[in-house]
Amino acid sequence: MNRLSPFNVVSLTFGFAFLYLPMLILVIFSFNSSKLVTVWAGFSTKWYGTLFQNEAFLDAAWVTLKVAVMSSTFATVLGTMAAYVLVRGGRFMGRTLFSGMIYAPLVMPEVITGLSLLLLFIGIGLDRGVMTIVLAHTTFSMCYVSVVVSSRLATFDRSLEEAALDLGASQFDAFRLVTLPIIAPAVISGWLLAFTLSLDDLVIASFATGPSATTLPMKIWSSVRLGVSPEINALSSILIGIVSVGVITASLMSKRHAVRVRREEQAAQRTA
Amino acid sequence: MRRAVLIAVPYLWLLALFLVPFAIVFKVSLSDTALAIPPYTPTLKDGFSALISGLDFENFVFLTQDDLYWKAYVSSLQIAFVSTIVTLLVGYPMAYGMARAPEEWRPTLMMLVILPFWTSFLIRVYAWVGILSTEGFLNQFLLWTGIIDTPLTILNTNWAVYIGIVYTYLPFMILPIYAALERLDESLIEAAEDLGCSRMQAFWLVTIPLSRNGIVAGCFLVFIPALGEFVIPSLLGGSGTLMIGKVLFEEFFANRDWPVASAVAVILLLILIIPIILFQRNEQRQQEAEQ
Repeated sequence: MNRLSPFNVVSLTFGFAFLYLPMLILVIFSFNSSKLVTVWAGFSTKWYGTLFQNEAFLDAAWVTLKVAVMSSTFATVLGTMAAYVLVRGGRFMGRTLFSGMIYAPLVMPEVITGLSLLLLFIGIGLDRGVMTIVLAHTTFSMCYVSVVVSSRLATFDRSLEEAALDLGASQFDAFRLVTLPIIAPAVISGWLLAFTLSLDDLVIASFATGPSATTLPMKIWSSVRLGVSPEINALSSILIGIVSVGVITASLMSKRHAVRVRREEQAAQRTA
Repeated sequence: MRRAVLIAVPYLWLLALFLVPFAIVFKVSLSDTALAIPPYTPTLKDGFSALISGLDFENFVFLTQDDLYWKAYVSSLQIAFVSTIVTLLVGYPMAYGMARAPEEWRPTLMMLVILPFWTSFLIRVYAWVGILSTEGFLNQFLLWTGIIDTPLTILNTNWAVYIGIVYTYLPFMILPIYAALERLDESLIEAAEDLGCSRMQAFWLVTIPLSRNGIVAGCFLVFIPALGEFVIPSLLGGSGTLMIGKVLFEEFFANRDWPVASAVAVILLLILIIPIILFQRNEQRQQEAEQ
C-alpha cells in the first residue's frame, strides 16, 4: 500500500504534531531566561547551570543510575532464563502458573505491584532503600525481557542448535556458542527496555523505597506537584535528548545491519 | 539437573516477589487496622486458628459504606473507557496512514511512534502542565487567534486527564493496529472495489474487520493501565478527579490506612481480571491465526 490520500497525510501530520509539540515546547522553554515558564524572555542556559549545582538532583540521578544498571542486568539474566524455559523447557509442573506470572506483571497496575512489594518487604523485615528498589524493578522488568527474548527464540531455527549438539557440544556450550549470539540483539534490547523502565518508574519505587534512597523520578515528582519549574524543564530536555540520541542511533544501526545482511545473502547466492 | 536449576531460579524469584506479595495484600485487606507500625495486625504470628478467626470483611464493608470508593471505581471505569475510545479515534487514522505510506518511510514513522514510548512517562505528562494551565500555551494561542475571549480552565479538570491519557497511551494503540494493517493483503481491497464497493464501503467491510485483532489489542493495552493510573490524575486532574489509583496511593501514604488500601487493591484487581483474560484470549487467537 502506498497511495497516501490527503486524509492520510492530514492524520499523520496532526498525529505526529500532537505527539511531538508538547515535548518540543518543553525543550524550547528550558532555554527561556525568565522564571515565568510560559513567557519567553530571551535565550539563556542558566537553568542548566543551576541544575548541575543542585546536589539533591545529582544525588537522585546517581541513585537512579545505580538502580537501573543493577536491576536491568539482573532482569536480563532472569528474563532470558525464563524465556528459554518458556520456549524450550517443554512440560514441567506448574508451567501454566509460570507463564501466568510472566505475563501478569505486564498489565498489573503499578499501584498494586508497589503496594504488594512494600507489604512483603515490611513483612520480612527488610530495610528499604536502594536494594529493595532493585528487587522490585528486577521483578517487573524481567517479565518484559522474557517477552522480548522469547519472541526471538520462538522464530529461531532450532536445527542450528541441534547441529552443534550433534557435533559434540554440551547443552551449555550449544547455548553459549550458537543460541546466545543469535538471540543477542533481543537480549540487548531487553536490557535497554529494562533499563528505561527502571529509569522511568515513579510509583513502584515510591512504594519500595525507604527514607534512605530517593530516585530521580521521585525528586521530579515532588517538585512538579508544585507547578512548572524551569529547572525541571532543563532536566527533562536533557533526558529527552539522551533518549532521542539513543533511539535514533539504535534504529540507524539496525538499518545498517539489515542492509549488510541483505548484501551478504546476495553475495552468498551469487557464489553458490 | 541443569534444567531444574534453569526452571527453578526464575520460578522461585517470581513466586517470592510476585505471588507471595499478592497473598500478603489479600491477607492485610482482611485484617484490622492497628496503630502499631506496620499499621496492620500481624495475623500470622499467633498460629493458624487465630489467623482464621482474626480475619473479617470489615474493610470491604467499609468500602461499600463510604461512597468515595464506589464513585472512584465508577469514575475510573468511565475515564478509562472514554479515553480508550478517543485514543482509538486518534490512533487508527495514524496507523492507517503509516501502513499506506511508501515502504521506505515506514521505519522512520515507526521510530517516531516508538521514541515517545522510551521517553519518561512522567516528563511527557508534565509537559502538558505548561500547555493546559490558565496562562499556558494553549490559552495564549486561542486568545491570540481570537477564538476565545477569556482563558479556558482545562488543567485540574477531567478534560486534562483525558488529554493526558490519550497522549501518553497513543503509541500502545498505534503499534498493534499498524502491525495488523501492514500485514493486510491489499488485493482483498482491490477485489472488493472490483466487485462494486466504493472506497468507503471497502474500508468498512474489509479493512476494519481484518484489523480487528489489532484494534482489540490496542484498546486493552490502553484501557487496562489507564484504569489504575495514578500519575495522570494526580498531576493533571483536579481535586474533583476521582480515580482509584490516586485513592489507593493517598489511602496508603496520606491516611496510612494499609488494610483499607489493600482492600481497594483487591477490588481493583477483581475488576481487572475480566479485561486481562479477554486480552490474553485475543493474543492467543492472534498467535494461532499466524501459525
